[in-house]
Amino acid sequence: MDKKRSKFSILTAGLIKENPVLVLLLGTCPTLAVTTMAINGLGMGMAAMVVLVCSNIVISLLKNIIPDKVRIPCYIVIIAGFVTIVQLVVKAYFPAIDKALGIFLPLIVVNCIILGRAEMFANKNSVVDSALDGVGMGLGFTFALLVMGGIRELIGSGSIFGIVITANVIDPMIIFLLAPGGFFVFGLVIALVNRVTSGKAVKRKTMGCEGCPSAAACGQAQKGEA
Amino acid sequence: MKEIMVILVSAILVDNFVLSKFLGICPFLGVSKKLDSAVGMSLAVIFVMALATAVTWPIYDSVLVPNGLEYLNTIVFILVIAALVQLVEIVLKKYVPALHRSLGVYLPLITTNCAVLGVTLLNIEEGYNLAHSLINSVGAGVGFLLAMVLFAGVRSRMESAKITKSFDGIPITLIAASIVSLAFMGFSGVVEGIFKV
Repeated sequence: MDKKRSKFSILTAGLIKENPVLVLLLGTCPTLAVTTMAINGLGMGMAAMVVLVCSNIVISLLKNIIPDKVRIPCYIVIIAGFVTIVQLVVKAYFPAIDKALGIFLPLIVVNCIILGRAEMFANKNSVVDSALDGVGMGLGFTFALLVMGGIRELIGSGSIFGIVITANVIDPMIIFLLAPGGFFVFGLVIALVNRVTSGKAVKRKTMGCEGCPSAAACGQAQKGEA
Repeated sequence: MKEIMVILVSAILVDNFVLSKFLGICPFLGVSKKLDSAVGMSLAVIFVMALATAVTWPIYDSVLVPNGLEYLNTIVFILVIAALVQLVEIVLKKYVPALHRSLGVYLPLITTNCAVLGVTLLNIEEGYNLAHSLINSVGAGVGFLLAMVLFAGVRSRMESAKITKSFDGIPITLIAASIVSLAFMGFSGVVEGIFKV
């Protein structure tokens, strides 16, 4: 990462240019699974953002203490700790969101975005920059989930955020709420982003995917090689 | 016996981990390019899923529950799985080098695979006992294998197809996944039909 990057550019990078979901294709499981409604996408995005910001801050603070060899397990423990906190908070105050996200709330632990940012950004940069990076990436993730959720909810149940829009005019296509619709909408959205950025988006290499423990199993690292 | 078959068929076909539960999408998109790597990865996943369940379920039942620490399951499970995978790798390398050569490369990747953590957490959530949890885990793994193998076939056909630039790569792969998942939706109701539950 460039040392001279302004605070503002760190914050906005994750939003569009390096959007973790739409450009870097990280965290695809929750993106597909929870976006049956815009509100669920928003909830998932916010939960992941809180974890991302907190873990980025703590990892950045501890970057000189954690021995290099065991850094990945250390990161996982830190991330899992914050995920547990978020899980308990969501369960207590937003039971509807908790029910909708289900298993994917604890699975934030294994979301590649969070581990990826810890490995790539937080352990090299200052606390403030890491926090901003967490906010930016979190907003990018939330934005992508919101777009996916909005499209699927509009077509699949004819409403957005539960407000009826087209349900009385056109019969909702339930298939968009089910698994095939998720894959389909995600494919279209990524194709659209490809078209708009026309290959100018950041290369996966700059994300440092090769350093990630799951690099070889993960779609984007392989694509980066090709 | 009937119960076992119900769990197994549901896990493999109806609630397929990849195609209807969206768990393990990363390896599904990443490693399904070639048939042999798809099979290798899936076998490693089946193995680790079964092993992880065999270890995490007793820990949950005999350590976390009696002490009122159920809320720590996420953090405990991910640590156990990470340690377990490391251990398996070391043991395989030392004693079964042939198996290590074929599965070894996939093992470290599985630690951060959401399907493995997912299955252990789902077993607890569903309230399965140890035997049912193991069956569910193996079924989920076999379902993963099935999806990977089928999809590797679809992708090899796509290699020779001419695809619009914007759709090339991941987008067309996702559209193809959507169609495969549509086919799997045909299995809904199969369990009720066969086993009359």
